[in-house]
Amino acid sequence: MALGIEAESPEQVIRLLAGKLEALGYVKPSYADAVVKREQTMPTGLPLGQAINVAIPHTDPEHVIRPGVALGVLATPVAFANMEEPDERVPVGIVFLLAIDDKDKQIDMLQEIMETIQDPATLGGLARARTSGEVRALLAATPPGIA
Amino acid sequence: MARQKTILFACGTGVATSTAVNAAVTEAMKARGLTFNAVQCKATEAPSMSENADLIVATTPVSSSITIPVVKGLAFLTGIGKDKALDEIEAELRK
Repeated sequence: MALGIEAESPEQVIRLLAGKLEALGYVKPSYADAVVKREQTMPTGLPLGQAINVAIPHTDPEHVIRPGVALGVLATPVAFANMEEPDERVPVGIVFLLAIDDKDKQIDMLQEIMETIQDPATLGGLARARTSGEVRALLAATPPGIA
Repeated sequence: MARQKTILFACGTGVATSTAVNAAVTEAMKARGLTFNAVQCKATEAPSMSENADLIVATTPVSSSITIPVVKGLAFLTGIGKDKALDEIEAELRK
Protein backbone atom coordinates (compact mmCIF):
# COMPACT_ATOMS: atom_id res chain seq x y z
CA MET A 1 0.00 0.00 0.00
CA ALA A 2 1.03 3.59 -0.37
CA LEU A 3 -0.12 6.52 1.75
CA GLY A 4 0.02 10.23 1.19
CA ILE A 5 0.45 9.88 -2.55
CA GLU A 6 0.92 13.14 -4.45
CA ALA A 7 -0.04 12.55 -8.05
CA GLU A 8 -1.30 14.56 -10.99
CA SER A 9 -3.18 11.97 -12.96
CA PRO A 10 -4.87 8.58 -12.69
CA GLU A 11 -2.07 7.14 -14.80
CA GLN A 12 0.56 8.22 -12.27
CA VAL A 13 -1.33 6.68 -9.39
CA ILE A 14 -1.94 3.45 -11.26
CA ARG A 15 1.70 3.08 -12.30
CA LEU A 16 2.91 3.76 -8.77
CA LEU A 17 0.65 1.12 -7.26
CA ALA A 18 1.18 -1.32 -10.13
CA GLY A 19 4.93 -1.01 -9.57
CA LYS A 20 4.45 -2.27 -6.02
CA LEU A 21 2.37 -5.23 -7.16
CA GLU A 22 4.93 -6.08 -9.80
CA ALA A 23 7.82 -5.87 -7.33
CA LEU A 24 5.98 -8.23 -5.01
CA GLY A 25 5.35 -10.76 -7.79
CA TYR A 26 1.59 -10.28 -8.08
CA VAL A 27 1.47 -9.05 -11.64
CA LYS A 28 3.36 -9.20 -14.90
CA PRO A 29 5.18 -6.20 -16.40
CA SER A 30 2.35 -5.88 -18.93
CA TYR A 31 -0.16 -5.21 -16.14
CA ALA A 32 0.52 -1.48 -15.61
CA ASP A 33 0.03 -0.59 -19.27
CA ALA A 34 -3.10 -2.72 -19.48
CA VAL A 35 -4.69 -1.04 -16.46
CA VAL A 36 -3.82 2.48 -17.67
CA LYS A 37 -5.24 1.67 -21.10
CA ARG A 38 -8.43 0.20 -19.69
CA GLU A 39 -8.93 3.13 -17.37
CA GLN A 40 -8.95 5.40 -20.42
CA THR A 41 -11.78 3.58 -22.17
CA MET A 42 -13.58 2.00 -19.22
CA PRO A 43 -12.87 4.16 -16.18
CA THR A 44 -13.36 3.02 -12.64
CA GLY A 45 -14.16 6.14 -10.66
CA LEU A 46 -16.98 5.49 -8.19
CA PRO A 47 -18.94 8.58 -7.16
CA LEU A 48 -19.93 8.05 -3.56
CA GLY A 49 -21.49 11.47 -3.22
CA GLN A 50 -18.99 12.34 -0.53
CA ALA A 51 -15.80 14.29 -0.16
CA ILE A 52 -13.75 11.13 -0.59
CA ASN A 53 -14.46 8.98 -3.61
CA VAL A 54 -12.89 5.73 -4.66
CA ALA A 55 -11.53 4.19 -7.85
CA ILE A 56 -11.01 0.49 -8.52
CA PRO A 57 -8.75 0.19 -11.55
CA HIS A 58 -8.05 -3.31 -12.83
CA THR A 59 -7.65 -5.24 -16.06
CA ASP A 60 -7.95 -8.70 -17.57
CA PRO A 61 -6.70 -11.72 -15.61
CA GLU A 62 -4.05 -12.57 -18.20
CA HIS A 63 -1.72 -9.94 -16.70
CA VAL A 64 -2.07 -11.26 -13.17
CA ILE A 65 0.17 -13.83 -11.49
CA ARG A 66 -1.39 -13.89 -8.02
CA PRO A 67 -4.53 -12.11 -6.83
CA GLY A 68 -4.15 -9.08 -4.64
CA VAL A 69 -4.95 -5.44 -4.04
CA ALA A 70 -2.73 -2.37 -3.82
CA LEU A 71 -4.27 0.35 -1.70
CA GLY A 72 -3.35 3.94 -2.42
CA VAL A 73 -4.37 6.89 -0.26
CA LEU A 74 -3.96 10.17 -2.12
CA ALA A 75 -2.77 13.31 -0.32
CA THR A 76 -4.77 15.44 -2.72
CA PRO A 77 -7.67 14.14 -4.83
CA VAL A 78 -7.02 13.10 -8.41
CA ALA A 79 -9.79 13.23 -10.98
CA PHE A 80 -10.73 9.82 -12.36
CA ALA A 81 -13.52 9.38 -14.88
CA ASN A 82 -16.85 8.07 -13.63
CA MET A 83 -17.42 4.35 -14.34
CA GLU A 84 -21.04 4.89 -15.25
CA GLU A 85 -20.70 8.27 -16.98
CA PRO A 86 -17.22 8.34 -18.49
CA ASP A 87 -17.59 11.99 -19.47
CA GLU A 88 -17.83 12.98 -15.83
CA ARG A 89 -14.94 13.33 -13.45
CA VAL A 90 -14.88 12.06 -9.87
CA PRO A 91 -12.36 13.46 -7.36
CA VAL A 92 -10.80 10.31 -5.96
CA GLY A 93 -9.03 10.09 -2.63
CA ILE A 94 -8.56 6.33 -2.26
CA VAL A 95 -7.57 3.86 -4.95
CA PHE A 96 -7.87 0.09 -4.78
CA LEU A 97 -5.76 -1.33 -7.61
CA LEU A 98 -7.13 -4.84 -8.16
CA ALA A 99 -5.20 -7.84 -9.43
CA ILE A 100 -7.82 -10.50 -10.14
CA ASP A 101 -6.99 -13.76 -11.84
CA ASP A 102 -10.07 -15.85 -11.26
CA LYS A 103 -13.37 -14.16 -10.69
CA ASP A 104 -14.89 -17.07 -8.84
CA LYS A 105 -12.09 -17.20 -6.31
CA GLN A 106 -12.02 -13.49 -5.64
CA ILE A 107 -15.66 -12.89 -4.83
CA ASP A 108 -14.83 -12.57 -1.12
CA MET A 109 -12.10 -10.05 -1.75
CA LEU A 110 -14.37 -7.98 -3.96
CA GLN A 111 -17.22 -8.08 -1.49
CA GLU A 112 -14.93 -6.94 1.33
CA ILE A 113 -13.74 -4.06 -0.77
CA MET A 114 -17.32 -3.13 -1.58
CA GLU A 115 -18.23 -3.17 2.10
CA THR A 116 -15.24 -0.98 2.86
CA ILE A 117 -16.20 1.43 0.10
CA GLN A 118 -19.74 1.67 1.38
CA ASP A 119 -18.69 2.54 4.93
CA PRO A 120 -17.97 6.29 5.16
CA ALA A 121 -16.38 5.88 8.59
CA THR A 122 -13.81 3.40 7.28
CA LEU A 123 -13.07 5.50 4.21
CA GLY A 124 -12.59 8.61 6.32
CA GLY A 125 -10.23 6.68 8.57
CA LEU A 126 -8.24 5.36 5.62
CA ALA A 127 -7.88 8.84 4.17
CA ARG A 128 -6.45 10.13 7.43
CA ALA A 129 -4.22 7.11 8.12
CA ARG A 130 -0.54 7.89 8.39
CA THR A 131 0.92 4.42 8.88
CA SER A 132 0.26 1.03 7.35
CA GLY A 133 -0.47 -0.24 10.86
CA GLU A 134 -3.42 2.15 11.08
CA VAL A 135 -4.67 0.98 7.71
CA ARG A 136 -4.51 -2.67 8.70
CA ALA A 137 -6.36 -1.95 11.90
CA LEU A 138 -9.11 -0.25 9.90
CA LEU A 139 -9.42 -3.08 7.44
CA ALA A 140 -9.73 -5.51 10.33
CA ALA A 141 -11.16 -8.25 8.16
CA THR A 142 -8.35 -7.65 5.70
CA PRO A 143 -8.67 -9.88 2.69
CA PRO A 144 -5.49 -11.74 1.80
CA GLY A 145 -3.02 -10.14 -0.52
CA ILE A 146 -3.34 -6.46 0.35
CA ALA A 147 -0.11 -4.86 -0.76
CA MET B 1 -43.95 -23.22 -13.45
CA ALA B 2 -42.48 -20.18 -15.22
CA ARG B 3 -39.08 -20.60 -16.78
CA GLN B 4 -36.22 -19.15 -14.82
CA LYS B 5 -35.10 -15.76 -16.06
CA THR B 6 -31.55 -14.91 -17.04
CA ILE B 7 -29.76 -11.83 -15.80
CA LEU B 8 -26.66 -10.69 -17.64
CA PHE B 9 -24.10 -8.91 -15.46
CA ALA B 10 -21.89 -6.70 -17.54
CA CYS B 11 -18.83 -4.67 -16.70
CA GLY B 12 -15.62 -3.65 -18.40
CA THR B 13 -13.63 -6.85 -18.02
CA GLY B 14 -16.47 -9.18 -17.10
CA VAL B 15 -14.42 -10.23 -14.10
CA ALA B 16 -14.34 -7.71 -11.26
CA THR B 17 -17.36 -5.50 -10.77
CA SER B 18 -19.74 -7.88 -12.53
CA THR B 19 -18.66 -10.60 -10.07
CA ALA B 20 -19.29 -8.39 -7.05
CA VAL B 21 -22.63 -7.17 -8.39
CA ASN B 22 -23.70 -10.71 -9.33
CA ALA B 23 -23.02 -11.89 -5.77
CA ALA B 24 -24.83 -8.91 -4.23
CA VAL B 25 -27.91 -9.24 -6.43
CA THR B 26 -28.11 -13.04 -6.09
CA GLU B 27 -28.07 -12.75 -2.31
CA ALA B 28 -30.57 -9.91 -2.23
CA MET B 29 -32.98 -11.68 -4.59
CA LYS B 30 -32.69 -14.89 -2.59
CA ALA B 31 -33.76 -12.93 0.49
CA ARG B 32 -36.80 -11.85 -1.56
CA GLY B 33 -37.51 -15.45 -2.51
CA LEU B 34 -36.32 -15.21 -6.09
CA THR B 35 -33.68 -17.12 -8.04
CA PHE B 36 -32.39 -16.60 -11.55
CA ASN B 37 -29.77 -17.68 -14.02
CA ALA B 38 -26.70 -15.46 -13.73
CA VAL B 39 -24.29 -14.86 -16.58
CA GLN B 40 -21.32 -12.48 -16.54
CA CYS B 41 -19.84 -10.78 -19.56
CA LYS B 42 -17.89 -7.81 -20.81
CA ALA B 43 -19.86 -4.72 -21.74
CA THR B 44 -18.79 -5.19 -25.37
CA GLU B 45 -20.30 -8.68 -25.43
CA ALA B 46 -23.59 -7.56 -23.95
CA PRO B 47 -25.46 -6.82 -27.22
CA SER B 48 -24.94 -10.29 -28.65
CA MET B 49 -25.50 -12.04 -25.32
CA SER B 50 -28.65 -10.05 -24.61
CA GLU B 51 -30.50 -12.27 -27.06
CA ASN B 52 -30.48 -15.02 -24.44
CA ALA B 53 -31.19 -12.86 -21.41
CA ASP B 54 -34.16 -11.12 -19.86
CA LEU B 55 -32.39 -8.31 -18.05
CA ILE B 56 -28.97 -6.70 -17.91
CA VAL B 57 -27.36 -5.24 -14.79
CA ALA B 58 -24.39 -3.20 -15.95
CA THR B 59 -21.77 -1.19 -14.13
CA THR B 60 -20.53 0.45 -17.32
CA PRO B 61 -22.52 2.02 -20.16
CA VAL B 62 -23.80 -0.55 -22.64
CA SER B 63 -24.85 -0.23 -26.25
CA SER B 64 -28.08 1.64 -26.92
CA SER B 65 -28.94 -1.04 -29.46
CA ILE B 66 -29.90 -3.39 -26.64
CA THR B 67 -33.64 -3.96 -26.43
CA ILE B 68 -33.99 -5.76 -23.10
CA PRO B 69 -34.20 -3.74 -19.86
CA VAL B 70 -30.95 -2.46 -18.40
CA VAL B 71 -30.52 -1.67 -14.71
CA LYS B 72 -27.57 0.41 -13.58
CA GLY B 73 -25.33 -1.77 -11.44
CA LEU B 74 -23.15 0.97 -9.98
CA ALA B 75 -25.60 1.21 -7.10
CA PHE B 76 -24.31 -2.14 -5.82
CA LEU B 77 -20.73 -0.87 -5.72
CA THR B 78 -21.39 2.51 -4.20
CA GLY B 79 -24.42 1.59 -2.13
CA ILE B 80 -26.21 4.66 -3.48
CA GLY B 81 -29.63 3.77 -4.92
CA LYS B 82 -29.13 0.09 -4.12
CA ASP B 83 -32.64 -0.58 -2.86
CA LYS B 84 -34.24 1.13 -5.82
CA ALA B 85 -32.13 -0.95 -8.21
CA LEU B 86 -33.11 -4.12 -6.33
CA ASP B 87 -36.79 -3.16 -6.62
CA GLU B 88 -36.37 -2.69 -10.38
CA ILE B 89 -34.69 -6.08 -10.71
CA GLU B 90 -37.34 -7.77 -8.58
CA ALA B 91 -40.08 -6.24 -10.73
CA GLU B 92 -38.46 -7.60 -13.89
CA LEU B 93 -38.05 -11.07 -12.41
CA ARG B 94 -41.66 -11.17 -11.31
CA LYS B 95 -43.03 -10.21 -14.76
